[in-house]
Amino acid sequence: MPYQLNFTLVWLHFGRLAWGLLLSLELAVLAIFAGTVLGLALALAHVSGGRAVRTAVAAYVECIRNVPLLLLVYLVFYGIPTVIDLRYNAVTSFVVTLSLYAAAYLVEVFRAGLLAVAKGLTDAGKAIGLTAWQRLWHVRLPVMLRIVLPSLSNTFVSLFKDTSVASVLAVPELTYGAQWINFNTFRIIEVYLVVTPMYVVTGYVILGLLRRLERRLAIR
Amino acid sequence: MKGIDLIVQALPLLLRGLAISLEISGLVVALALVAGVLLGAALVYGPLLLRLPIRGFVDLIRGIPMLVLIFFVYYVGPAAGLDLGSFPAAVLALTLFSTAQVAEIVRGALSSIHHGQMEAARAIGMTFPQCLAWVILPQAARRFLPPWINSVTDAVKGSALVSLVGIVDLMQSIQQVIGRTYRPMPFYLLGAVIYFAINYTLSSASRRLEARFADVRE
Repeated sequence: MPYQLNFTLVWLHFGRLAWGLLLSLELAVLAIFAGTVLGLALALAHVSGGRAVRTAVAAYVECIRNVPLLLLVYLVFYGIPTVIDLRYNAVTSFVVTLSLYAAAYLVEVFRAGLLAVAKGLTDAGKAIGLTAWQRLWHVRLPVMLRIVLPSLSNTFVSLFKDTSVASVLAVPELTYGAQWINFNTFRIIEVYLVVTPMYVVTGYVILGLLRRLERRLAIR
Repeated sequence: MKGIDLIVQALPLLLRGLAISLEISGLVVALALVAGVLLGAALVYGPLLLRLPIRGFVDLIRGIPMLVLIFFVYYVGPAAGLDLGSFPAAVLALTLFSTAQVAEIVRGALSSIHHGQMEAARAIGMTFPQCLAWVILPQAARRFLPPWINSVTDAVKGSALVSLVGIVDLMQSIQQVIGRTYRPMPFYLLGAVIYFAINYTLSSASRRLEARFADVRE
């Protein structure tokens, strides 16, 4: 007899998936925010710092980007508390890890963007008497933002997808919700037929919103 | 026991895990290269009826988190009559993901070659396969290589996720060793160093190639 699809149990526990998706989004937003701040600071340090600073930033980027996110997640949650006397829960641990991971990717994006700001613009800022901070805030950052937004959007969406790794720490986000329903109801096909579109649709909605922002900010 | 003795003792197990990780990554990279080049070329030169489903496939796969894709193939496969076992299922899932990436890179590389090149080659009487082989591909290959190597590092990093469907790869053998020794930090760091060594070699090769081929970028 062919397999009969039965979504009843998935709908019965749909709350886990809906709240899970919300938590996935929260994790992504927090990590994107912290990662952007850290990534921007490191990119500015790299662009305007000396040789030692540049080497340190490059070392950070390489160390994070060349190691699987899963390993970093385990290392921060299970490894670090054994050597340093720190207590934190799984959500905090994951957000910190994903932020550090995000920053390593965002440094490269922001660095390329800062270097692409036309020299004439900052010179013009200097000529009308703006201080270094004013040039940064009113000239370099706004221009950089417009340049990097397309690659920023892609990085943000892939960070949203990366939140699925939080399920290994039993953080009750969307993938964990799927696993829970899977193990408790055995409606395996059904739950993944529901969860996969949830990720795809949410990812493309985020991308669509960011693309609209790109068009709105575009210089006409 | 000292950390270093523990590591020496665990080394055979970790090396076996590393071999599995490399086997999976190697298979995925090879299969995805073939499938990705075919799909990518079809995205540029194929008829609309071929392009549409491929575009749909690529965009769908790129929208699914790698971990969810692995669970999907591993759990849904058997229930839908495709009982693969964990190793082939993991390879299939990672290959699907990597194929979508490679197809997109190939499409980008091919469409970045000015169409005048193709027209000129056709004008001097070359057939379409000749144009591809002698004019388009040599130029596109230089734009393809650096991002492709980056996708290889993605495949190696992604292979750590197969530990979650019961494959004893490097990641899972590290977990097993930690389960016995209760010493997480030295082994996670060792694992990080191993993954770093593999991926850093690849990504610095990618950067060198990019610098070397910088002249073909307008």
